[in-house]
Amino acid sequence: MKKPLVSLLLSALLLALCLAGCQKTGDPRREEGVIAVGIGQDLNSSLSPYQLTTAGTREVMFNVYEGLYKPAFDGSLVPALAETVAVSDDGLVYTFTLRGGVTFHNGKKLSAADVVWSYETCRDTTTDANVKSILTGTVESVRAADDRTVVITLKQRDGDFLAYAASVYIVPSGYDKLDTEPVGTGPFRYVSRKVQEEIVFARYDSYWGSKARLKQVTFKVYESGTALVMALDAGTIDMAAHLTGAQIKGLSDRYTVLEGTMNLVQGLYLNNRVAPLNDVRVRRALAYAIDTDQMMKLTADGRGTKVGSAMYPAFGKYFDDSLTDLYKTDAARARQLLAEAGYPDGFDLTIIAPSNYTPHVDTAQVLAEQLKAVGVRATVREVEWNTWVSDIYAGRQFEATVCGFDASTMTAGAMLNRYVSDSSKNMCGFSSPEYDALMAQAASLNDDARRTELYREAERVLAEECASVFLQDMADFVAVRTGLTGYRFYPLYVMDLSTVGWEN
Amino acid sequence: MRYIGKKLLTLLATLLAVSFLSYAAFEMIGDPVATILGTNATPEAAAQLRADMGLDRPLPLRYGEWLWHFMGGDMGTSYIYRLPVREMIGEKLAVTLIMTLMAVILTVAVSVPAGAWLARREGRPVDKVFTVLNQILMAVPPFFVAVLLTVVFGLLLRVFTPGRFVPYTESWPLFLFYMIFPALSVALPRIAMTTKMLRASALEELGRDYILTAYSRGHSRRSALKAHALKNAMLPVVTFLAANAAEMLAGGIVIEQLFSVPGIGRLLLSSIGTRDIPVVEAIVLILAVWVMLIHLIGDILGQILDPRVRL
Amino acid sequence: MAKQPVKNKNPFAGNWFLTAGAAITVFMILFTLLGQIWTPYDPSLPDENAMSLAPSPAHWFGTDSFGRDILSRVMNGAGTTLLIAFLVVLIGGIAGVIIGSLTGYFGGVVDEVLMRICDLITAFPSILLALIILRIMEPGVKNVVWVLAILFVPSFARVVRTEFARCRTQNYVKLARLQGAGPFRIMLRHILPNVWPVLLPAVSIGFNNAVLAEASMSFLGVGVSASEVSLGRMLYDSQNTILRGAPWYALTVGLVIVLMILGFSLLGEGLRQRNR
Repeated sequence: MKKPLVSLLLSALLLALCLAGCQKTGDPRREEGVIAVGIGQDLNSSLSPYQLTTAGTREVMFNVYEGLYKPAFDGSLVPALAETVAVSDDGLVYTFTLRGGVTFHNGKKLSAADVVWSYETCRDTTTDANVKSILTGTVESVRAADDRTVVITLKQRDGDFLAYAASVYIVPSGYDKLDTEPVGTGPFRYVSRKVQEEIVFARYDSYWGSKARLKQVTFKVYESGTALVMALDAGTIDMAAHLTGAQIKGLSDRYTVLEGTMNLVQGLYLNNRVAPLNDVRVRRALAYAIDTDQMMKLTADGRGTKVGSAMYPAFGKYFDDSLTDLYKTDAARARQLLAEAGYPDGFDLTIIAPSNYTPHVDTAQVLAEQLKAVGVRATVREVEWNTWVSDIYAGRQFEATVCGFDASTMTAGAMLNRYVSDSSKNMCGFSSPEYDALMAQAASLNDDARRTELYREAERVLAEECASVFLQDMADFVAVRTGLTGYRFYPLYVMDLSTVGWEN
Repeated sequence: MRYIGKKLLTLLATLLAVSFLSYAAFEMIGDPVATILGTNATPEAAAQLRADMGLDRPLPLRYGEWLWHFMGGDMGTSYIYRLPVREMIGEKLAVTLIMTLMAVILTVAVSVPAGAWLARREGRPVDKVFTVLNQILMAVPPFFVAVLLTVVFGLLLRVFTPGRFVPYTESWPLFLFYMIFPALSVALPRIAMTTKMLRASALEELGRDYILTAYSRGHSRRSALKAHALKNAMLPVVTFLAANAAEMLAGGIVIEQLFSVPGIGRLLLSSIGTRDIPVVEAIVLILAVWVMLIHLIGDILGQILDPRVRL
Repeated sequence: MAKQPVKNKNPFAGNWFLTAGAAITVFMILFTLLGQIWTPYDPSLPDENAMSLAPSPAHWFGTDSFGRDILSRVMNGAGTTLLIAFLVVLIGGIAGVIIGSLTGYFGGVVDEVLMRICDLITAFPSILLALIILRIMEPGVKNVVWVLAILFVPSFARVVRTEFARCRTQNYVKLARLQGAGPFRIMLRHILPNVWPVLLPAVSIGFNNAVLAEASMSFLGVGVSASEVSLGRMLYDSQNTILRGAPWYALTVGLVIVLMILGFSLLGEGLRQRNR
């Protein structure tokens, strides 16, 4: 009675085996000029340009959207949808002349009205607090002088305004399906998506600039590290970014591994409001107890770049590498500082790590062991990302947490504003009148050299007051199929695929 | 008929309870605002977004509204993805359902003949060997089976490509082929359990009077088993299988992750994490309906097989 | 001549299950207990000079990517897993016995209500329910124990209830009642001892399921926290190196889990066969 069923199943299995065996073994993607890119996180948000909250979504959508200006490989800002900009002498009026012949992915021609509409929509709906405060606080008005000219007037001078202009993406006016069917002007246009599976972009053939080399890009989502590694091993994907040291170890020679940096400051962020961490001696003791080099060796084979303050090296002029060794690992000094602060026997410390970021959890585990060596009884507690944001980041219910802060724009403020006493983003509760004064003074200046000097000064204050233990800018490994060329790192969290292509 | 009607009514009441309880539970653990805003979450921004999304209204109102739409066939829009929930989960539900069905079919197809075969060979060395093997297979967690299958068939023998998934919209045979391995991982421990169960229950039936009568009429052990005992022996197995089908549905959620199968499990777990209530509610309710249907089918099959129990 | 079928009463098989199960379980418990007082290396101390070493005389199970000795971690981590299983069975078992005995002995409305609640819990696959609840809560031993314990109550309550309902009508209970013994005395003194033979296999299977559940939860990253080493957590940590780098990590931890579950399941089977 069961025999037919069994034989049916067996024959189905055999048929399937045969079919699988008969698959083409060549390199069809290479021949067609398309690639599959593995990403470790779904684009789990609206795709509207003003609600790209997660860094993973932003870096992918960078290929679709553009602003009036856009960041280049070296971090400088280059004209994108604007051809030129004229800034008035008082620095308050920006007159942008739009590039001619630009079309949106839906075929509509770019006009000044689109820019005005985009700025208004962004102001009303953006989830980015920095951009929102600039658009509501600093910007006086955005208006179209004629079809190709946009005039933006500021209430007060802001030396970083162009950087913000680069992050306000331009979309066709009145378009109301941005959440699900995004339309922009970038080198790639959005084709389709399947939640937690894939998102497909195709080359935009009427792109105004140099056109993308690839015909199509499919981002495949692999939320578990194992699955991503398996996909690489099996050749299911041609490229994957943000790999860890463990993941690239022993990768097949069909891949070239490129090394860059994540462009963020990973730190053991300390809550300066709670005892005993409100005592600078205790915070310094932690800094002396921590051996960043050993941590990097253990978690990433020694790759990564040490930082000594809340600034990462890709920022160039703002980065001060003399701060990286301010607290040279010294257990004796750490114990002495703890004793001076009244904790000769150490204390209990709970280090919180967001459970979905394995590198942070790994780092936290190593740090906990290092702290134990000087008597600080540290344990690691993992919390979910949503809980981390609501309880730790916004709620400030924590002692110490390992996480990374990145910059949404190439401005010093993007990294440093969060330490100003009354900033709503001041998670650590750092409070230093000296720091506040330096930051306020820097923001009001127009002289770039002097401003840079003040920002660097502020970074030194952060390091000396030991607002937190600033660890490193993590190594970012990108595995690229041999024969695939042109991938370049940005100083921002961006994955630009327009220059990537198969070698002939 | 009345029995089924009563069952269905209980089912409906349970579903209502489940939907309200899960809705209320989410109220206690927070809303998706933190996820949406990320590190831009300031109290003012959160309050603003909450108002925009209508999350500041009282719970009964929101639940009632959701329920009304849901009963009208509108599952709502995801808070996080801003996509219609129906569009998001349709294909994934199908994938999970097919995977579970394959696991159930595998279990029945292997364990029924195997159980009967072993029952006929009770006490022989081959029976003992398989009993031990069975016991070991029962102890292997499905995710470990999945790892072993991937290493052996995926990396060493290269039978399938690890990390690859072919949607059924693209190719049915390939889709089914790629689903065999996850289904097998889920099914293997269950196959062992069911085989053991069936063997024991067949042996019990073989010891009964009516079988002894059959022997006396010249039936061999094999034909006695086929003609009489197997059907009766299936009775406890069917109930057992129904419970197991539900467990396999759940077990699939663990396995999906390892095989990159875009089933409903991953979406469920991540939606709980992001507090995407419309998605969670829809998935939980559909899973609950399935589980209850599985039990119902088990009950009905049990009655068909055993004419003595008529309710 | 047809071989006469005999009732399944092979005492040897029964002994075999019991013997093998007991041997494996005792070995695993000793292995775990030893791991709580002594391990070859410090199970949590990273060592940058011994990262991802293959099994060798110095490190029998090899080392993980932090240079920690896997054998030491397994010995130590098995303790967390066993502790969770023990607490889950203890709490779930006690609650199950109380509920099962009350409902089984007294019957009536209480029985009806409590059993419906049990039905509600078991209507949904327990692994799925545990996953959902733990996904909401934060990782940690305490949460895992509570969630699993509650989900395990019905399985014990059912077994105990059936036995109590059966014993209630038996002569020795009637006799005791006639002699003026109160219901609680009867339940505790007369019926409970008779329930043991049925409860013991359930306890053993409970251990089996608890170990499996902990491993599954932690493997999905919703179980214990990073500082609390458990077998499931180690499997989770070993995910990235399963296929290369350090495959022995996942394999050794997986084998220890299999061994532990095998011990309990054989023990449960043996106990059940002894009852026949």
